[in-house]
Amino acid sequence: MKGVLSSVRRRYGGVATSLILVSCGLWALGLVVLPQLMMIDYSFRPSLPPAKQGGPEDIYTLANYAALYGNPLNLAIFLKTIWSSALVTATALVVCYPVAFFLARMAVGRTAGLLFIALVIPYWINEILRTFSWLLILARNGFVNTVLLDLGLTQEPIIFLGTTPAILVGMVYAYVLFMVFPIYNSLESLDPHQIEAARDLGAPWWRIHWRIAIPHAKPGIAVGCIMTFMLAAGTYAIPAILGGPKSRWFTEVIYSQFFEALNWNRGAAYAFILLIMCLGFIALMMRLFRVNLAEVTR
Amino acid sequence: MQFSRKLQVGGRDPALGQGVSLDGVTMRFGDFLAVDDVSIDIAAGEFFSFLGPSGCGKTTILRLISGFVEPTAGRILIGGQDMAGIGPNKRPTALIFQNLALFPLMPVWENVAFGLEARGVAKQERRRRAEQLLELVALDGSGDKRVNELSGGQRQRVAIARALAVEPKVMLLDEPLSALDLKLRQHMRAELRTIQRRTGVTFVYITHDQSEALTMSDRVAVMSQGRIEQIDVPDAIYNAPQTAFVAGFVGEINRFAGHVVAADARHAVVETDVGRLRGVNRQALRPGERASIFIRPERMRADGAANPADENSFEAVLDRVGFEGNVVNLFLRTNAGREIIAQQHNSDDLSGLSSGAWMTLRFAPDSAAVLPAEGRFEAAA
Ligand SMILES: Nc1ncnc2c1ncn2[C@@H]1O[C@H](COP(=O)(O)OP(=O)(O)O)[C@@H](O)[C@H]1O
Ligand SMILES: [Mg+2]
Repeated sequence: MKGVLSSVRRRYGGVATSLILVSCGLWALGLVVLPQLMMIDYSFRPSLPPAKQGGPEDIYTLANYAALYGNPLNLAIFLKTIWSSALVTATALVVCYPVAFFLARMAVGRTAGLLFIALVIPYWINEILRTFSWLLILARNGFVNTVLLDLGLTQEPIIFLGTTPAILVGMVYAYVLFMVFPIYNSLESLDPHQIEAARDLGAPWWRIHWRIAIPHAKPGIAVGCIMTFMLAAGTYAIPAILGGPKSRWFTEVIYSQFFEALNWNRGAAYAFILLIMCLGFIALMMRLFRVNLAEVTR
Repeated sequence: MQFSRKLQVGGRDPALGQGVSLDGVTMRFGDFLAVDDVSIDIAAGEFFSFLGPSGCGKTTILRLISGFVEPTAGRILIGGQDMAGIGPNKRPTALIFQNLALFPLMPVWENVAFGLEARGVAKQERRRRAEQLLELVALDGSGDKRVNELSGGQRQRVAIARALAVEPKVMLLDEPLSALDLKLRQHMRAELRTIQRRTGVTFVYITHDQSEALTMSDRVAVMSQGRIEQIDVPDAIYNAPQTAFVAGFVGEINRFAGHVVAADARHAVVETDVGRLRGVNRQALRPGERASIFIRPERMRADGAANPADENSFEAVLDRVGFEGNVVNLFLRTNAGREIIAQQHNSDDLSGLSSGAWMTLRFAPDSAAVLPAEGRFEAAA
């Protein structure tokens, strides 16, 4: 950081550097720090009509946070969101590790290039559109049901849409890249001779992964899990499109607090509960994988 | 650091080596012929080296023996058993990689015990065997260190211990000493040789360093461009090269190109730009054939007496004197501008030599080799 600053200063001089610093500071303050502080402030105040704001009832309170525990329905949705996001993360990890390994260690030349393109192209399409395509695939008379019916595996079309599994499938699909790339990155730096050495010493393929490749990919796995979990827990579009009334996501609860109940204070408190949960998840991941911040940001 | 203790891993007798046979082994990468019809029988317990310049196919041969690649043609046998279709984890070989490929995320002892772990040996027993092997390579007490806390020479020994842990019948070593400095390298040569003798394991050793190959090996195969040029004991590789490539690659040598003007069963005479020179005719050359005659610097006698009428003698002017203590290298130049090195033992006769002096060089016919000019190598002459 210091190095960056001094090199900027050498190139542009003291005045310009100060200007850059001040404008960056203002940008961060005005667009990031202040709104968040305001939200924190909201979350600790009761929701009052404008007339009573600033009055004797406008005191700091934990009521908005406690409200989640007082509402079994919302609490259940919250817990389900956390649990499902963890499930999405785990599924994405299981799906993506082999892909990342193949890309980093086995694919060569054209195959690798084509696979990369196949992975990236879907991301040129808007997330909403990508999710809508799953709507078509999972619909009552959609692709999956057509195949199942034609194969005679089911007599009646299965209702996927509006269920939690539909949301999970949509999310795993939406976030694979965020899991593949960090793992790919860390596996790419693994010396292929280590894999060969392990094989030469008699290790079967699964032990090579367990003892050599996965430990090496740990920082990448941690980053991928953190990103996927954050995205899953924080998404609004996917549950809104693929889910239904019975599969509500906690973000939808937050949304409805803000824009349906018009209770910004409780909405802010709920949002912070989600954020704290996510930070907790990050801390847990880093402990679990015994990685530190330096490795993760590497 | 001696390996005076007997190797007893797990209380067993030293694992004895097995022979390795290559039978017409060929390896192609696309159009590129990396190994060209190589046939060798390496005896059980032998220390066998492949010597050749970088890119000649040495590593490919080791990878073929260890099973990472299957030959395009030919057979590989270890202990008499055909290895076709048997993967590297199932062969009785252990490979020491050029870059060692230690596992940096494991402590030293787990590195050493990795092969045992793969064989399902219980943890306590693994630890015990790892400590024994670390003791064997004089690294006792380093088991809990990280690999990157060790010096280059220590890592080298961890790699050896890790390979020995699986009790291989054949140890394959890919230029294992090339990353070490000269002193350590010479030390490790002796250690490797000692370990090999103690364990009785067959060592197949790769190097581009001729003195390494000559000092350590029972036999050496000199390779060039995927082909075996000569397989012989070190002494014969040096003193009786069979091809121009071997003569030129191993050690310093003086070369005179020309063509054969007379030949019998023992000797051939080559017409060169310094006159007619006689040498041993190992390849049964006949008059008229293109050939070169090779003479080692230490086989050249140099003196001030002008008597160029003798057989195998010619004149050259002294360029400079390279003093090395026990020996002195005389760098000379012939009339035709060819550079000659003559190595003499240090003696009083050599004092007073000065640049520009004309000297007569001579050598015994039996110490020179007349070898056919092979187009691809002759280009450089
Ligand atoms: N997997 C491979 N694909 C293509 N060419 C290869 C491969 N492995 C080795 N080669 C080529 O084969 C030749 C011999 O390589 P190598 O056996 O590593 O030589 P050395 O160990 O003697 O330096 C080199 O020219 C190298 O480029
Ligand atoms: Mg090599």
